[in-house]
Amino acid sequence: MNAGASALFLAVFLACAVEAVEATTIVLAAGTARDWRSAGTGTFAALAVLAVIVAVLGPAVSYIPLRGLRVVVGALLLVFGLQWLRKAILRASGHKALHDEDKIYREQIAAAAGQQARSSLLAPDWYGFVLSFKGVLLEGLEVVFIVLTFGSNAKNIGLAAIAAGAAVVIIAATGFAVKAPLARVPENTLKFVVGIMLTSFGVFWGGEGAGANWPGSDAALLVIIPAIALFGLGLTALLRRAGGGSGGSAVAQVPAAQATP
Amino acid sequence: MSKLRAFGAFWYDFVIGDDWLVAVGVVIGLAGTYGLNRAGVTAWWLLPLLLLLLLPASLRRAISAPLLPRRRREQHRPPASPHTPPAN
Repeated sequence: MNAGASALFLAVFLACAVEAVEATTIVLAAGTARDWRSAGTGTFAALAVLAVIVAVLGPAVSYIPLRGLRVVVGALLLVFGLQWLRKAILRASGHKALHDEDKIYREQIAAAAGQQARSSLLAPDWYGFVLSFKGVLLEGLEVVFIVLTFGSNAKNIGLAAIAAGAAVVIIAATGFAVKAPLARVPENTLKFVVGIMLTSFGVFWGGEGAGANWPGSDAALLVIIPAIALFGLGLTALLRRAGGGSGGSAVAQVPAAQATP
Repeated sequence: MSKLRAFGAFWYDFVIGDDWLVAVGVVIGLAGTYGLNRAGVTAWWLLPLLLLLLLPASLRRAISAPLLPRRRREQHRPPASPHTPPAN
């Protein structure tokens, strides 16, 4: 695997792992607090909807001219990447509460347990069905978006799909094996890395789509990614020194439940 | 009408997010890169330069005045329901 393909695999794998952690937390909460059969039905229903979306969008993407696709996708990746990076820097420097899967799981459990049971043809517990359906569909849409945009831009949808599949299977299997939220996954650190990757690919593809010729072509990514990482870490250090809070560090992650203000 | 507004709000939140300045900056950067390229000027440096300005500016906006009220609101956020998926 060359450097470009490795960067593509890593970016898609990490981004999809983050989405999979969030979806797994929601399904686990729906299953634990409500009904496992309904949570399972909701998950499979969402996966079926996602399969239809992929079947429709997948071939459509291949008809869009690559240059136009790179501008649009580059712009979206830059906006998303900068948002992720901004939040990650704020979390790492203590200006924003760390993302806490344990806390989200407890909130979901409390909310789910308080709802009255209502059955339907599809599921014995409608609330559990809807909870897991919406969670898997929303996070799954982000996975689909990541695979199609990264894969089509790099002309390697197959590799992007393998990376996404590997991330989803590993995270979901781990979550259901331990039947607990994946609080030990260093999610805040992952989000920092994903923010760097999205921003880097956004700069590269956005620039190429707008007509820029990068020195060294694809090898420019090997400079852009570490440069943005160093810039992000530098800004984190600056903000931390300027005085933040006790939000925690995305680089040396502490147990999120303790660090959340 | 309220459904239409909610639909618009969802897409605004999904694409633009917390800080519109970032989205506007990205559009300006891409348009500038295209313009420089059309004029025959080397343009690859524009987006990295923009990033150097945009990210600190956005962080500065985030940690200025509204920070404390926003953190308090986060702490008192009502429990999630199927209608409120958790944020990133």
